[in-house]
Amino acid sequence: MEVGPTTHYAMGGIRVNGETQATNIPGLFAAGECAAGLHGANRLGGNSLSDLIVFGKRAGEYAAKYAKENAAGKINDAQVEAAYKEAIEPFERAAGSGSEGPYQVQYDLQNMMQANVGIVRLQNEMEFALAGIEKLKERAAKVAVQGHLEYNPGWHTAIDLKHLLTVSEAITLCSLDRKESRGGHFREDFPDKDPEAAKYNSVIFKAADGSMKLRREPIPPMPEALKQVIEEMK
Amino acid sequence: MNKTVTFRIWRGDATGGKFVDYTTEITEGLVVLDVIHKIQATQANDLACRWNCKAGKCGSCSAEVNGIPKLMCMTRMDTLNTDKPITIEPMRAFPSIRDLATDVSWNFRVKTKIKKFNPRKPDAEDGTWRMQQEDVDRVQEFRKCIECFLCQDVCHVLRDHHKHEEFIGPRFLVYTAALEMHPLDTEDRLAELKQSQGIGFCNITKCCTKVCPEHITITDNAIIPLKERVVDEYYDPLGWLWKKIRPKG
Repeated sequence: MEVGPTTHYAMGGIRVNGETQATNIPGLFAAGECAAGLHGANRLGGNSLSDLIVFGKRAGEYAAKYAKENAAGKINDAQVEAAYKEAIEPFERAAGSGSEGPYQVQYDLQNMMQANVGIVRLQNEMEFALAGIEKLKERAAKVAVQGHLEYNPGWHTAIDLKHLLTVSEAITLCSLDRKESRGGHFREDFPDKDPEAAKYNSVIFKAADGSMKLRREPIPPMPEALKQVIEEMK
Repeated sequence: MNKTVTFRIWRGDATGGKFVDYTTEITEGLVVLDVIHKIQATQANDLACRWNCKAGKCGSCSAEVNGIPKLMCMTRMDTLNTDKPITIEPMRAFPSIRDLATDVSWNFRVKTKIKKFNPRKPDAEDGTWRMQQEDVDRVQEFRKCIECFLCQDVCHVLRDHHKHEEFIGPRFLVYTAALEMHPLDTEDRLAELKQSQGIGFCNITKCCTKVCPEHITITDNAIIPLKERVVDEYYDPLGWLWKKIRPKG
């Protein structure tokens, strides 16, 4: 039997307000694994369940409150049309005209990330991966699928590719920037914890030119109420 | 050790379909779902199939492997004869959506018709109950159900006789048994079990027990005790006489 480590949990995600689970997009709430920050650098077994019970409830409550206080937004038909067109495009790329299927791109991305941004990380390997992601983006934009719209896993994979690449790029950018080892992030070139690096969060954002950028933000001080709880539990 | 295998997979939708052969290389340690995924990735990008956990706990990848209802993720390739083509079909007791994906929504509609859990008043002032451990243990088995609906698929009452409107099937007899035998429950579900839910259609062939991936003893521990309760209530001549001469209340 083969045993090996694998991707297990995303310890980063959509940035939310800890109280309301609101994102910086009005009306969009996130909770659970897709939301960032709760578990720090290492989620321990079983903790995700309590996370999603507590913060799922909060997200639901605040989403309901938001929905009551705000009128339904207007739907932008042009945006809907553009999203539909983008989703359906892989069908329109004629097969055989040099287009490849979506799975090969997915496998190549998986293998590259496993090899270069996996368990043990190194500066030059991650830089190699960052360049590789750019090449895979070009391939992902050209994949072709065939068949129908119902339960078509090839089509779903074609749509997923864009997001898999976004997440891969975000992980790689943050891992390159964090020159220390902490929790699930282990760097052979920086094997120890850096106390200074414990003071900031890595925040990924979309720059004006559409590219992915990283900034460091200081970790907000712990609220008094939480400090008190920790004191009481000691 | 690599081996070449042929999967004979049913491709089609509600209007009909046919078996298509896919030949692929397999390595040691694979399960049927792995091979389906490989065929999806390399030969049939649009092959429809539901799956989720790959660990036998979500109940999504139910299909018929060489004619036997199974979870594809829990069917190891080394248990199958790879010298002959291996047939993979959707569950035949449910309408086809596409390829291996079937419409199982009938099950969800059936479930809503079963009387919900209705506990008696708490035994203690703090809102808690007192139960015998033995009574608690009895229903635990039924709660292992992952709703893969393989038992519904194999049941000839549904599969061959299409009694979907008159019979709720083994899954929901297990569900009803869990409620009926719950030490706190106060509802009585015997009248509908006998009438609209058709427990009498079950002639205890035990096929459901045989295919259950959670090894729930469906027939012996859930269906037969329910049948006994229905018989006690409606068909016991002494009981019938007793009720005549000593009406309730």
